[in-house]
Amino acid sequence: MVQFALPKNSKIRTGKTWPRPDGKNVRKFQIYRWNPDDGQNPSIDTYFVDMDKCGPMVLDALIKIKDEIDPTLTFRRSCREGICGSCAMNIDGMNRLACIFGLDEVKGDVKIYPLPHMAVVKDLIPDLTHFYAQHAAIMPWLETKTARPAKEWRQSIEDRAKLDGLYECVMCASCSASCPSYWWNSDKYLGPAALLHAYRWVIDSRDEATPERLDALEDPFRVYRCHAILNCTQTCPKGLNPAKAIAELKKMLIARVS
Amino acid sequence: MRFITDRKTANGKGSAHSGTHEHKDMALTSIGLAFLMPTFLFIFGRTLGQPHEVVVATFGRPIPAIVTGLMVFLAMRHMMHGVGSVLADYTRGTARRLLTIFVNALAYLITAAVLYALIRMAH
Repeated sequence: MVQFALPKNSKIRTGKTWPRPDGKNVRKFQIYRWNPDDGQNPSIDTYFVDMDKCGPMVLDALIKIKDEIDPTLTFRRSCREGICGSCAMNIDGMNRLACIFGLDEVKGDVKIYPLPHMAVVKDLIPDLTHFYAQHAAIMPWLETKTARPAKEWRQSIEDRAKLDGLYECVMCASCSASCPSYWWNSDKYLGPAALLHAYRWVIDSRDEATPERLDALEDPFRVYRCHAILNCTQTCPKGLNPAKAIAELKKMLIARVS
Repeated sequence: MRFITDRKTANGKGSAHSGTHEHKDMALTSIGLAFLMPTFLFIFGRTLGQPHEVVVATFGRPIPAIVTGLMVFLAMRHMMHGVGSVLADYTRGTARRLLTIFVNALAYLITAAVLYALIRMAH
């Protein structure tokens, strides 16, 4: 059976509250902390940041906390402009990219957790090993049987346009981590991100492995665990629509048996 | 400890090459029920509060009987796949098998009971 309650070692305790600085525009941050080395349960630490001396995005505040308050706070970040997908985390109850999510969009205290239902490496860093392996499993590359052309694989403007809304995915895992089906069955269900990429290659006019790709997807768990609740679409920080991509895959699978 | 690569874990045992028929069946029964359910509720609603003889006579007529029979057949088929999907989501192993058998048996039993009742009323 699915385990709905947290195991004992995952129960969250109240953590450290850091000193509140002087200033009129101070915001409270409640941040999930867990260190695999100290053997303690996770905790929620409380920080205060003077917003007059901080950038506008959540990532700005996290970097400020790490630089000036608590250097042990651990999180992934790289591009700070929504391209690398590293800083995906649960902010104010939704999975978002900290670098492109403004603090002005959060009402009240800022609550920051790692992506839900994924193993935590440390603090706000989820273990994405399985997520990346699932991405690799859908063969995210061009498969061709025709001899390689002398210059390049050509594609019409219309066929190229079909990839819009798909190729922009930065693999931040926000969608998969927001999907209850992925929470319960991530061992077998590929999840919205991998399926969006699967569809991206299936409809690529240059790809010649569509039957093999659809064969590999046709499974009660791999694709049909999606019940189209659209959490993935709602949460996608890039504004993509993984649920539609999955629906298109299902239509293609149905077309093969009709 | 299992020495197994991440990729092998993600690939699992490969695709079962099934599930599409169930998905298609769910879609088709949904469309069917979208028409049949309101029609059935209309027929059923008109018999509410009527004497027993009137109800039996209503469902003994061909069109109400066919609508009711089809509605129950499709609804139970839809339920079998729907509940089967819920069980696949939340249960594992033997529990899932036993619950699936129970739900399917219940669906067939209800269908058979309703069809039997309709035949009895038609006589």
